[in-house]
Amino acid sequence: MPLWTLRGLAQGIATADWPHGAADAHGQQGTLGMPRIAAERCADACHRCADVCPTQAIRLDTRGHLESLDYGRCVACQLCVETCPAGTLQPGGEWAFGVREREDLEWTLAPGPLPAEERLAAHIEQSFRGSLHVRHVDAGSCNGCESELQALNNPFYNLHRLGIFFTASPRAADLLLVTGTVTAAMREPLLAAWEAMPAPKRVLACGTCAVSGGACGGTYASGRGLDGVLPVDVWLPGCPPNPAAIIEALLLLLERKPQRVKGGRLHDG
Amino acid sequence: MSASVRAANLDAQALPTRLEQLLGAGGRMQMAYAWHPQPGRTEVRYLAAPGPRQPFELWSCRADGGELPSLALRAPLLGWYEREMQDLYGLAFRGHPEPYPLVVERSAEGTLRAPLVLPEVSDPQVQLLGFGPVRADVLESAQFLFFYLGEAIVHYLPRLFLKHRGMEAKFEGASPMHGCVLAERVSGVGSVAHALAYCQAVEDAAGCTVPPRAKRLRVLLAELERLYNHLHYFGQLADSTTLKVGQAEGRLLEERIKQLAGRLTGQRFMRNLLCPGGLRRDVAVPVDLADTLQRLRREVESYLAQLERTTSYLDRLLATGVLRKDVAFDQGATGPVERASGLDRDLRRDHPYAAYDELHVPVALAEEGDAYARARVRAAELRAGFDLLELLLPRLEHGPVYAPCAPEPLGFGLGWAESPRGSLYYAVHLDAQGMLARVKIKSPSFSNWRAFPFTVHQTNMMDYAINEASFGLTIAGCDR
Repeated sequence: MPLWTLRGLAQGIATADWPHGAADAHGQQGTLGMPRIAAERCADACHRCADVCPTQAIRLDTRGHLESLDYGRCVACQLCVETCPAGTLQPGGEWAFGVREREDLEWTLAPGPLPAEERLAAHIEQSFRGSLHVRHVDAGSCNGCESELQALNNPFYNLHRLGIFFTASPRAADLLLVTGTVTAAMREPLLAAWEAMPAPKRVLACGTCAVSGGACGGTYASGRGLDGVLPVDVWLPGCPPNPAAIIEALLLLLERKPQRVKGGRLHDG
Repeated sequence: MSASVRAANLDAQALPTRLEQLLGAGGRMQMAYAWHPQPGRTEVRYLAAPGPRQPFELWSCRADGGELPSLALRAPLLGWYEREMQDLYGLAFRGHPEPYPLVVERSAEGTLRAPLVLPEVSDPQVQLLGFGPVRADVLESAQFLFFYLGEAIVHYLPRLFLKHRGMEAKFEGASPMHGCVLAERVSGVGSVAHALAYCQAVEDAAGCTVPPRAKRLRVLLAELERLYNHLHYFGQLADSTTLKVGQAEGRLLEERIKQLAGRLTGQRFMRNLLCPGGLRRDVAVPVDLADTLQRLRREVESYLAQLERTTSYLDRLLATGVLRKDVAFDQGATGPVERASGLDRDLRRDHPYAAYDELHVPVALAEEGDAYARARVRAAELRAGFDLLELLLPRLEHGPVYAPCAPEPLGFGLGWAESPRGSLYYAVHLDAQGMLARVKIKSPSFSNWRAFPFTVHQTNMMDYAINEASFGLTIAGCDR
């Protein structure tokens, strides 16, 4: 036993200098995220992207031009990017797509005016000033999201250092973090976990399945995610969202990070 | 269909005799599923493995009357397949020893739910402990029921299929390319194995030949998947034996492989790369990949050696959760679990696919069938995984990575892969338009969950978590 302790100490610090230090020390170099859009390049009557999209995330207008892309349905499978002959849809490295309003995941060609800044920092701090305790519920995932959530407690991400903890009992939880499509059989246990949580309580829809059903939703058993099931505070698409994306979404919920995506577009700084 | 599968049409009454012949010759059933060749017609297909390195046998049997003889008394592993067909295809199996719903049932209110059939308990001293489906920590959903007396578990019943998503139905009507995106999302930590088995099934139906570079890159991805899964496994096992530093080290090594996979393929689970015909795009293999793997290997070796020196860890694994060889065989255990019980099977060696025929795949075995044997087999597979990659990297010559692959309308193909958890099969039927008509997925966890309870009955609560970790099960793959 003491040997293990020495061994651990000898290996030094493995934890990433992120999100507080180096901006690119998140460990996700080289991974592809949601497709980027250069709408002006779109050719008439091409249809290829919409035809190939496995989750019907892409809508075209009557000319066959890209009209809207719902990142809440996107599983980042890259098929549209690979098939687009015009370069309208391009490979993107952006994976931190957490938003507070579901509509903010929808890119449209002619966006409406951006809504006013939604919440003040003081709002969340009243109820979650200290640490955040998270109850995770798998409501029918592929286990990809669980694999990345489990990674949050490995020494590289070391979620504890941010004051965020997973907890066993919903009675002790502030946040319900839901993965999966919400299958017929998991709907009741999910709602029971929500009911068991004391107010104030929040919900994070983690992964495209929980946001919209994703690639696996809409069968006789699988459901279509959390829409209409629970009041969601943060929507995080991704298939699965990587551990850094999950951390970004948790910090967004706590208003310790600003929301970067609005109206399906990046708004940095 | 390829020469490695022999097809036969059988009458219902010929099934029991054919099964006896198979078992008599040392063969074993692999899976069974139903499908509708035409509206109103139902056919059941049985996949059998007659013996090492002999071609698979695929038996087709008409089931238009809705009833077939159950084979579960002679081949117990078929029990779950028959119950699944009963739930999803309305078939009846005459003489089934456990004719209860398994995957889904409809409640009185008409909603779907996961079935639960409790055994009758006559001893009033026996208590029932239900655990889940929402369990402590970040875990997949399943409910475990323990009938116990003090510390002793009298009987154990896992209630699975709460996560049943109807994934096989999701494939129906989809294009072969779209099907690959779905296959990658059946079991996240088996994304490569699922995509590989699926693609090989479609390629079998199309009769196309995948270019050599694509085959070798597929092995690279599949072995990286095995590495991160087995490292995760050791992290779990260290956690269940309360070695906190051992847990952290296992998880960190897993993370390093996932980050490597992300840099190499653009996705940490190596999704969005395989497609029927090869790969969607080439993989730029960095020149220092061999060095990177060499460094990781040294760390993994040191980690495994430290675990094997830790007596408190070994004490908790030895003689825990013993799966006897005959039970492993009868109940259909697969992968490292069956190999740790002395069954010498590995699809990579016995029915080579991708580029495994070019490589020597050593098959690690143990006889004891306990948690320690399962850990030793996985440790040997980790080391062998690095060996395989060392052999493979110099062979990655440049060349195309894709060949056109258009399966014939109304075609059929079978594909398989030895996933980190064991044998994985995809059977793919195409419709008249060349779209997917029926896709059957036989995942390794479906097999191992069937065998697992036999190692829990008549044991004790203290060993349960260690035993479960030593099986390395997923629930998504089982429930689909």
